[in-house]
Amino acid sequence: MSGFPILSLMLLIPLVGALACILSNAPTARLIALVATLANLALGIVLWASYDIGGAQWQFTERADLFAGMQWALGIDGIALMLIMLSVFLMPVCIGASWTSIQNRVGEYMAAFLLMETLMIGVFTAQDLFLFYIFFEAGLIPMYLIIGVWGGADRIYASYKFFLYTLLGSVLMLIAMFWMANEAGTTDIPTLMAYGFAPQAQTWLFLAFFASFAVKMPMWPVHTWLPDAHVQAPTAGSVILAGVLLKMGGYGFIRFSLPMFPDASANFVPLVFVLSGIAVVVTSLIALVQHDMKKLIAYSSVAHMAFVTFGLFALNRQGIEGALIVMLSHGLVSAALFLCVGVIYDRLHTREIARYGGLADNMPQYALFFLLFTMASVGLPGTSGFVGEFLSLVGTYERSSWAAIVATTGIILGAAYMLYLYWRVVYGVQRNADAAAMPDLDRRELWLLAPIAAAVMWMGVYPESFLRPMRADVGRLVERLEAATPPSDAHLTTGKAVPIPPAAAESH
Amino acid sequence: MNFAAFLPEILLTVGAILLMMVAAFGGRRASGATTWIAVLLLIVATFTLTGAPQSDGPLFGGLVVADGFGAFGKLLIFLGAAVAIVAAHNWFERDFEHAAEYPVLILLSCVGMAVMVSATSLVSLYVGLELQSLSAYVLAAYRRSDERSAEAGLKYFVLGGLASGILLYGISLLYGFTGTIQFDGIAAAFARDGSQSLGLLFGLVFLLAGLAFKISAVPFHMWTPDVYEGAPTPVTAFFASAPKVAAVLLAVRVCLDALGPAIDAWRQIITFTALASIILGAVAAFGQTNLKRLLAYSSINNVGFALVGLVAGGAAGASSVLFYMAIYIVMTLGTFLCVLRLRGEDGEPLEGIDSLSGLSQSRPALAAAIAIFMFSLAGIPPLLGFWPKLVVFQAALAEELYLLAVVGFLGSVIGAYYYIKIIKVMYFDAPGIKLARSGNRLEGILILLAALIVSPLGYLLIGPLGRLTDHAAGSLF
Repeated sequence: MSGFPILSLMLLIPLVGALACILSNAPTARLIALVATLANLALGIVLWASYDIGGAQWQFTERADLFAGMQWALGIDGIALMLIMLSVFLMPVCIGASWTSIQNRVGEYMAAFLLMETLMIGVFTAQDLFLFYIFFEAGLIPMYLIIGVWGGADRIYASYKFFLYTLLGSVLMLIAMFWMANEAGTTDIPTLMAYGFAPQAQTWLFLAFFASFAVKMPMWPVHTWLPDAHVQAPTAGSVILAGVLLKMGGYGFIRFSLPMFPDASANFVPLVFVLSGIAVVVTSLIALVQHDMKKLIAYSSVAHMAFVTFGLFALNRQGIEGALIVMLSHGLVSAALFLCVGVIYDRLHTREIARYGGLADNMPQYALFFLLFTMASVGLPGTSGFVGEFLSLVGTYERSSWAAIVATTGIILGAAYMLYLYWRVVYGVQRNADAAAMPDLDRRELWLLAPIAAAVMWMGVYPESFLRPMRADVGRLVERLEAATPPSDAHLTTGKAVPIPPAAAESH
Repeated sequence: MNFAAFLPEILLTVGAILLMMVAAFGGRRASGATTWIAVLLLIVATFTLTGAPQSDGPLFGGLVVADGFGAFGKLLIFLGAAVAIVAAHNWFERDFEHAAEYPVLILLSCVGMAVMVSATSLVSLYVGLELQSLSAYVLAAYRRSDERSAEAGLKYFVLGGLASGILLYGISLLYGFTGTIQFDGIAAAFARDGSQSLGLLFGLVFLLAGLAFKISAVPFHMWTPDVYEGAPTPVTAFFASAPKVAAVLLAVRVCLDALGPAIDAWRQIITFTALASIILGAVAAFGQTNLKRLLAYSSINNVGFALVGLVAGGAAGASSVLFYMAIYIVMTLGTFLCVLRLRGEDGEPLEGIDSLSGLSQSRPALAAAIAIFMFSLAGIPPLLGFWPKLVVFQAALAEELYLLAVVGFLGSVIGAYYYIKIIKVMYFDAPGIKLARSGNRLEGILILLAALIVSPLGYLLIGPLGRLTDHAAGSLF
């Protein structure tokens, strides 16, 4: 931990890059964007390497007083570190994915993405309530433009829906933030995380934050913006949306809802479990009948995010760690799946599943990668998906066995729709001549998919590398939740033998 | 008599009278001279504001006061008016109808507004308001040969006359029941037998109704879209900026000063007005196809937000209103300066929203500027327009007005729809009408300046501006 403001630098680089991109022509803009995102990736690696595991809770902190009591307060814990890593890792991939497929207004496009990166990192590093809100909300602007300008045929409807849904969710959160700032007399997030709000107030605050994060997540009844936004966004837009933006909801729960309102969180477990249960079953079934590849993956995202909420609101170590791994894993896997769709979309310009088939013959490399990511999405052991889903199910089971049973159907259904998708696209007979004539992955595409594949396998085989930085923070969170929630919450696990939970906590 | 404290008004009055002579004898040729002299006068008046000694108590037998609150209002008004004059000069230059009187009328209007924001008695309040309004009626009808402009002027005049009548009726009631026209005397009367006296309450309601007309708050907003649409665009820009600030500040001073003890009585009224303005301003803008009409509803919407700060009351509330109006005037003038640039290839000014289609490709810089103003008006962070909304709602929440805040915020989401619709037209749609290039550099610089202030860089201003508004609001108490 040096005094070097590395977080501010990571915020600044993409911002400067964005300005440069607007002013330059297409090839230069692409190059600038790539260099800026790679530089940030390098800084991210430095950040990870110099993060002191087991050290202070908040590291790389920066504090500077701004106006009106607001602070330029940055700092990260292990959870934020991992999500920042996910963002900086996916950004160069996004730039690469749009290298050839975006041909008009390249400078503005790259600028929007770089701006997005700044704001995403800002969300994960902000330690001031209102600074967080500004970063959180500002992301709407570039994403609105990305979907609206470079999106598909129905982009305008999708962009409106995205914008207004998310805005509506977050204004309620803003009111709650005001109340908290007035009540606690500070906008400092670490202080607020330890502040004890009155239980009655917690209920309302929780609901206000829930409105925002549930939309962002997205949770079941308010998820409908996601399929529209995903389908219409350009490939890289979908990647960043699924990869990072959805994680802001989960991050919000971890950073705000759970530690700041522990009593309310405990009280709302049934609500969250019911919504997540419905999400798992319903969206998986919807995914089964989709004809559009992107839409299918979008619905699968909603289902996977339900595993995150299940895990988080299990309120125990396994559940929360599992939820975090699902977030990271889904960030990689869904991003890769959208890239896979993008690869064939670039060739044939359709996302209609029926137009493809038998791609394993003419695109063997593609088929291999697609298979890996499909399996990761299904949760095959050895891939990142397994670790996360397993842990979060274990955690959920401890809280409520019924919830775990419902959640597990999601894995079965997930296998069904993903394998069905894979079968229709990659196996079978080649029905269309143009699909059969598509060339295999070129070098650029290979370079986009290979790193993600490596990360997915790494996380599947040795998740410890990713869990270790977060363990202490999860421990603090669990402690905070335990202190607030009555321990006898496991009323649904009917009197089984006790020693399993501590053993499970040790074993991973 | 402390004339020095009233130096800006004196300067502007004398200047206006002299310029009227210049205009009368110089005719159309003098338009350049009167424009630039008027701008200069406004700038000088702004500077004298900073140097003018501030009096502690009311001047001229309790008619006006030169306090920090008034000074802040005058600052906004003078600068806003100066921009409106500059914008109008280039716009009217292409017409036959540009007469040299335009800046004179604006100057007179400014004097009226300056009196409005510093009035401490009902009579000076009314005189200031009428001076401002009478100039405004003429300005609305400035393009005589244009039917719409004439109609706007007439409509404004008739409805404005009605509002003045209501206001006067309220004033007479207050005078009759308190026996004084001084704000402090009225406040004392309210404190003594405030809510008991039906006459006082009637007076209060009529007074507020008259003021609501001037700030175009719902339900007295009906004139706004028509007048904004009909009046020549630079005049609309003027209407939406300086007079709005003056009227809102006047309302703040009246409510907090004269009606201060009756806060429970007017709080309900202003709450309703604020929420109704926010929601109607947002909903009614949906179907609009004319930019100026849309901006009229936007201004109604914005006044609603400013009034939220007034509902909160107290020094914090007043400060938040000042803050809101300061940022609002920048956003509004910036937007209108952009609209003024929209001209077809034949030089005819364009006002339809569809004329913006594809602007991001034909005129990227202009489109970016409009986009910044629109996102800012919608209150999306990190643009500066987010902050004043934050400030007024913070003031309201500190007073525990939760329902107001929730409904207000939901209204802001509804309003966001039409602001982003404009961005959609500019960025997502294919280019439509060809636009003429407009090469006026000064306007370009002003747009750039406004855009920079509204951009995240403007957050640097929050500290100093906040101190200024706190100081200004403090002088009310």
